[in-house]
Amino acid sequence: MPEQKTVATTGNSVVAEAFRQCAPDVVPAYPITPQTTIVEEFAKFVAQGRVHAEYVTVESEHSAMSACIGASAAGARVMTATSSQGLALMWEELHIASGMRLPIVMANANRALSAPINIHCDHSDAMGARDTGWVMLFAETAQEAYDNTIMSVLIAEDPEVLLPVMTCLDGFITTHSIDRVQLMDDESVAGFVGEYVPQNALLDTDNPVSHGNFAGLGGPYFEFKRAQREAIDRSKAVVERVGKAFSDLSGRPFALIETDMMDDADVAIVVIGSTAGNVRHVAKQMRAEGLKAGVVKVRCFRPFPHAELAAALSSVKAVAVLDRAESFGAEGGPLYLETRSALYDLEHRMPVVNYVYGLGGSDVKLELIRSVFDDLSDIATGTPALHGPMYLGAR
Amino acid sequence: MSKWDISDMGSWKSSQFPLGAVIPDAGNSRDYVTGGWRSMRPYRDPETCTQCLLCWIVCPDSAIRVADEKIADDTFNFDHCKGCGVCANECPVEAITMSPEGCELPGVK
Ligand code: SF4
Ligand code: SF4
Repeated sequence: MPEQKTVATTGNSVVAEAFRQCAPDVVPAYPITPQTTIVEEFAKFVAQGRVHAEYVTVESEHSAMSACIGASAAGARVMTATSSQGLALMWEELHIASGMRLPIVMANANRALSAPINIHCDHSDAMGARDTGWVMLFAETAQEAYDNTIMSVLIAEDPEVLLPVMTCLDGFITTHSIDRVQLMDDESVAGFVGEYVPQNALLDTDNPVSHGNFAGLGGPYFEFKRAQREAIDRSKAVVERVGKAFSDLSGRPFALIETDMMDDADVAIVVIGSTAGNVRHVAKQMRAEGLKAGVVKVRCFRPFPHAELAAALSSVKAVAVLDRAESFGAEGGPLYLETRSALYDLEHRMPVVNYVYGLGGSDVKLELIRSVFDDLSDIATGTPALHGPMYLGAR
Repeated sequence: MSKWDISDMGSWKSSQFPLGAVIPDAGNSRDYVTGGWRSMRPYRDPETCTQCLLCWIVCPDSAIRVADEKIADDTFNFDHCKGCGVCANECPVEAITMSPEGCELPGVK
């Protein structure tokens, strides 16, 4: 078993620690709140000689991801971090990274998108990038942010996958709050992630290759996209396998979706990220008051675990999906759309309602979550479900 | 020609293409015939040409042939000449003229 020490620290500091332990060859990065302290800490590790990485300071996130792509195509293990507008500025490169099948690992500190300008937590940034072909993991706590980061390296670099992985943690709530985290010793992490053996490295001069090619009209563009779809579908089993291996090593649980009190639940809330803790807390209170409440937390959003979610929710009477992001003009938020779609094949479909909450870091008070369980309790006993999305706590 | 055999690429399945659209061979631009993009066609008049080789230096597509340190009689590689006219513009003695593709040119059928 690895040596683990328990520390009280922030999500960002343990993500930086995970970066150091995974020993990337190249880290091109640009600061943006609330991600900045990840790359700041990592830069310090480089300056101290505690990690031998090429740390590239670039002039924008567009350049950061471009440099990641170049370095990854060259054959390097590459990591970076961003947030919000920074992720938005990487937009075209996100597609290029996945299309070129480059196993880049990026931490994203979830933050609202302008306008109006706001630096606080919501999932609009990551959800906006959900169709860019990246594997996406979400952390509830600093511990999960640390664990997800380490797992991401192995998932990305798996020969069955070879796709970039985005590992998300909630801005300020997880990135900056002091949390209790178990850190693994360097050797155990190094042993777990192993050495990266790149395919088609540009620096392998004995086997010269050409990256970034053209596949236009009449060419195989369509086939390349299909190969990409097959890879992200395959990644589900790899995420599970790597998660299991990491779980065995660390003693901490991992699943694509994590369920609480779902065995006999009548109503359930589906949620992503730090709010899961609040929901669990309120669900326990509701249970004490007689409502059979359950919680499903989605830890892996891409590939989306449709079958697992449907199985977990198959016998509840009403479901509420909490979205910390909008999909303006759609029937509801991104997690709602995925959940409703996952439940469509069930023999007995239950009402599924959607709440958009916490945009721009607006407070997710316990009484708001309680009001969702109250609504669910009514719906489960026959009150017609409201068409959403409902804005939880908005005036 | 490239070492990479793509003769039956039209029948490949998605799983047969190299990862991420990589071409597993270098120097493959030779195989990419771009002459079809040409709308203007260069012609070199051997009588006027002084063999200064400037056109060979400036051609962005390396489409001017040289043999025995002289501009070859079979001057232009029309598989790759895109008809940009740089050679005609730079020739110090105006030995190269550009004409629209499809017109009758001296020495061209
Ligand atoms: S027209 Fe342009 S491409 Fe063609 S030979 Fe002259 S310089 Fe080269
Ligand atoms: S630049 Fe003109 S003179 Fe010089 S080699 Fe070419 S055609 Fe002849």
